[in-house]
Order: sequence, then structure tokens, then C-alpha cells
Amino acid sequence: MRLLTHNMLSSNIKGVTNGFPLGIEVVKVVEKQVELNADFLKNMFHKIDWKGLVDGSRAMGYFELPGEPPETSALESEEFLSKFHHALLELHLEEGALVCPETGNICHFASTLRGFPS
Amino acid sequence: MWFLCVFFHRLLDYRKPEVESLALLFGDQTQADQNQDNALEWRLPKHHHPDSPFHFVNLPSQDLARNIANRSILVKGIYEIWGEGSSYEELEESIKSYPEDRKLPYLTSGSTFKITVDSFGKVISLQEQNGRLKNLAYIPFKGRVNLKNPDHRFWLMETDDSGANNGLPPVAQRRIFFGREVGGADRKLLPTYQLKSRMYIGPTAMDAEVAFLMANQALAAPGKLVYDPFVGTGSILVAAAHFGAMTMGADIDIRVVRDGRGPDCNVWSNFKQYGLPMPIALLRADNNLPPWRPGLKEVVFNAIICDPPYGVRAGGRKSGGRKLLKGTVSPYTVPDDKRTDHIPSTGAYSLVECVHDLLDLAARMLVMGGRLVFFYPVLREDDDFVENHFPDHPCFRLVASSEQILSSRYSRVLLTMVKMGPYTDEVAETARMRHLDFKENHLKWLENGNLHSSVFSPADPLPTDSKFSKDPKKKYRGKYV
Repeated sequence: MRLLTHNMLSSNIKGVTNGFPLGIEVVKVVEKQVELNADFLKNMFHKIDWKGLVDGSRAMGYFELPGEPPETSALESEEFLSKFHHALLELHLEEGALVCPETGNICHFASTLRGFPS
Repeated sequence: MWFLCVFFHRLLDYRKPEVESLALLFGDQTQADQNQDNALEWRLPKHHHPDSPFHFVNLPSQDLARNIANRSILVKGIYEIWGEGSSYEELEESIKSYPEDRKLPYLTSGSTFKITVDSFGKVISLQEQNGRLKNLAYIPFKGRVNLKNPDHRFWLMETDDSGANNGLPPVAQRRIFFGREVGGADRKLLPTYQLKSRMYIGPTAMDAEVAFLMANQALAAPGKLVYDPFVGTGSILVAAAHFGAMTMGADIDIRVVRDGRGPDCNVWSNFKQYGLPMPIALLRADNNLPPWRPGLKEVVFNAIICDPPYGVRAGGRKSGGRKLLKGTVSPYTVPDDKRTDHIPSTGAYSLVECVHDLLDLAARMLVMGGRLVFFYPVLREDDDFVENHFPDHPCFRLVASSEQILSSRYSRVLLTMVKMGPYTDEVAETARMRHLDFKENHLKWLENGNLHSSVFSPADPLPTDSKFSKDPKKKYRGKYV
């Protein structure tokens, strides 16, 4: 599972009001090369919950992203784009679990099986 | 500027919406005001029936026409018509009166050209073709002929005047067109992507041609994110990915998204097979209980394309299990030790409910002006079938509906909707009321299984043989029988 996906998911158990962001318990992370598509990244940048992404990437052992959401102008810098790209699309949670932030449960729908959030 | 648009004689209902969608995609984006009716101007050639493959279309520029023709699936070519007529004499006159300054740039001595003789509704033998080409001698071609790779392509097309015309009402009079090709179609796409050479397909994999049509309707393009909530074997997303869009899919069936048929035969391998970028993610998710985070509103998807399960070849499922949904058992919690590999049970999911959830999801998740493209089944017995029988939603405007007849009993309609308004709680409430109203009126056949039985039940009840009817043993069709 990529962090872009993680950024869009929440816990949907009944009674949970704010199931985002899901905590990540890492067992195994793999990196997969993906071609960088700047247009897509710029498109996605405004849609991302920055804190969720940073926390997620740190949980997966990637510390290059700034803690505060950067200015839009940062999108012009290639260095930032490649870091953003790497965090968003190239880090894969191959094995691990997603933890509901409110109940602290490993939500039964949210455990990852062989890289697939279920 | 008027162009002649010649279509392949297939999927008649899908032709104009496709061209209109592509005109929007390639057109001037700043001008394309979503609130405006962006329909193109169409005109039929003299004596032609609306189902004719020949249509005149008014497009702002030649570049736009070329872009449309090159990407379209159903357009054979778009032509700048130099002359037309009901006979060759009329054609000659018409070509001669066409302004010289529009013709001469394409007739210069340095250029190469090719003339193709084509016909609709009949075959012209080579000798006849040569005769017709010789007749064109009045056009002052100065360039050389190059059949393989010419600079300019010219087409001489004629229709037959005989009664039988490929199933169309007869054309009263034959019509001959001569024109310069502005853009031609790339149908090579289809054999490349045809299902029979694809590694991983399921019983409801979308035919490549239709999948490309859907991707075109959804305006799939680089930089956009396209989502399919019923991804299955990914056949629709493959088409969207071919056009450069980023893709994302979900399905309730864990078997298709996670396992496929092994390491080299799954949804990922389908993308690999064509050298397409992998989908961003495949989720096992339920359309009925979408897992999206609450703040994720009106921001994510540029288009949602899908073929919802309407119960003819595959039925819908939602989380919960049969007993749970009926209320016979109370919601359970999975014990911790079994949680890791737990696959939640699922129960039947009727089409009305499914479409309602789909519209709600699309209203929430699509960007403004984003498109929702999906198939919707229609029973053909409904004679009083009118357009407002389609499901609707206050956020959406229906821009195209194209029918594809599947059998004498039913057909499916490709609906293209554009998101026009923001999603609010009031809107969701109105949508829910409309949905209930819609459900009332359609319950008779939309409810689960009903469509299936009306499609597959024998037309007339067969006379029951006494021998067979005596057999009291019920026949079950199930997993282990």
C-alpha cells in the first residue's frame, strides 16, 4: 500500500467519528520505482493531508519531508518534487497493520495483507 | 469550420457523445465553461438518415479535428470536404467551385499525396476505382503519388443508392464526397488490447473497444486520477491508463484484487503486459461502506468509471453477510487472534442501492466538472422508457446516454454525468429522497435477481412434461452441488 492510498483512507467502523489518519504498524516496507509525473503530483499536492503523509512516511522510515506543509512554490523545486514523489508513490507498506486512531484497534478491514489494504 | 466526420458503422449511439467529449478534452479549456451546453453543431448530408456513418460537424479548428480523430475509437476519419454531389458531374462542379486558396497549398509540386477510393454499403472493384481516380484529372495535382507515407491523403467516398444499406433505412440518393483527410483513427489500439490476448480476465471483463469509449467519455488524460469502485480484473482502468491517467481501483472481492490467478496473472500483470503505469492502489473496499477519510471532499478523483454489477452475469455484494443484514444476528467483533487474515462476509447488494451509493460517492469525491461514467441496464420491454428513468442526483447533469443493445430482452446504457454542484448535507438528503422515489418506481425489476430472471427466463413457459413434473426433488444450484 502506498502512502497516497493511506492518505485517503480512514477507519469506517460504526461509531468512529474521526478515523483519520490511520496509524501504521510496519512489518516490512519495500520501495518500488515509479516514473515521476510532475503534473500529477502538482494536482495531488492540494488534495493531500500533509500531516497524515508526514506521519506515515516517518512511520515507514523516511524522514526527508518537512513537518510543516510547504508553500505551493515548493512544487517548482525538483528536489522537493522527487521527495514528495518518493513518499507518496514509491514507499510500499508490504506487510503491516493499520490502526484505527480512535479505538486503537487494528480495524478488521484495515489490516494489510500482502500489501493490500482490506 | 465544417468537417465531414465519417464513423465506423458500430455502436451508433456512442458516436456523437464520444466526439463531443473529445472536443471538450482537446478544446480550449478556458473556454469550456462547464455550465454551458458544450454540444457541437451537427448536420447530416443530404438524403441521409441519422444513423448514417457520414455526419458534418462544426469544429473551431483543424488541430482540434485532428486530435479528436486520432484519439477517437469510433471515428474513421475527419475530412475537409472539397466537393460533394449526387453524381460525378455534380462532384466535379462542386470541387471546382471550392476556393482555390484552400486547395492549392495541398497540391504543390514538392508534396506527396494519396487518394483512397472508399464506399459505404457496396464494394468497388479495383478497375472501377482506377476509373474513378482518372475522372479526378480535373484537380490540378502537382505533387507525386506516395502510397505508403504521403504528406496529404485524399478520400473519394460514395454511398450506395440501393435499397439494402447495412440495415439502415435506404438512402434515397447516392452521395459522393471528395475531401482531404485532417485526421484518421488509430484502430490498431483494439487488437493490441483485445481481451483474448489479455492475461487475466474475468467473466465480466469489459470489452476493449467499450472500455476505451468509457475512458474517452471520462476525459482520461495525463495528470488525472481515475477511480473504478468495481475494478474486477481492471479492464476499464487499463483503457484509462493507456490515455495517461493515473488509476485506482477497488473491489469487494479480495480474490481479484489481491490474488488474481497467481503471480503473473492478476490485475497488476494486465498493466505490465501493455507497459502501462501500475494503478496507484487496489483496495478491497465496499461501495456501501466507503473507507474514505471525512475531510476528503471534492478533491480527489477527476473521473469515476465503472460497470456496476447489475445482477445478470455478476451480482453485487456488500459487507455484512446474509444473516447480519436481515438482522437475525447482531454485529460481531472479530477476535484478535483471527483478525490478521479475516475476510469480512458479504451479502447481496441490489442494483438500486448500488447506484445510489455510487452517485453519493461520486458526488462527494469528484472534482467540480469531474465525470461519472457508468453502465446502467434497461429492460427493452419497457416501451414507455424515457430519459428521466435514469437514476439522477442533484450534483450531476447527464450529458450523454448511449444505448448498447445486448439481447432482445435488455440493453445497457452508458451514462455520462458531469458534476455541476458542490456536495453538501442538504444535497445528500435530497439525493436520498430522490433515490427512495426512484426505488419505488423501479422496484419491480431492479430488485436483486429480478433483472436476471427477466433476462434469462424462457420466453414462453414450456409445456411441462408430466414425467418431469412428478419429480419432487428440488434442484439447487450452489457452490457444492
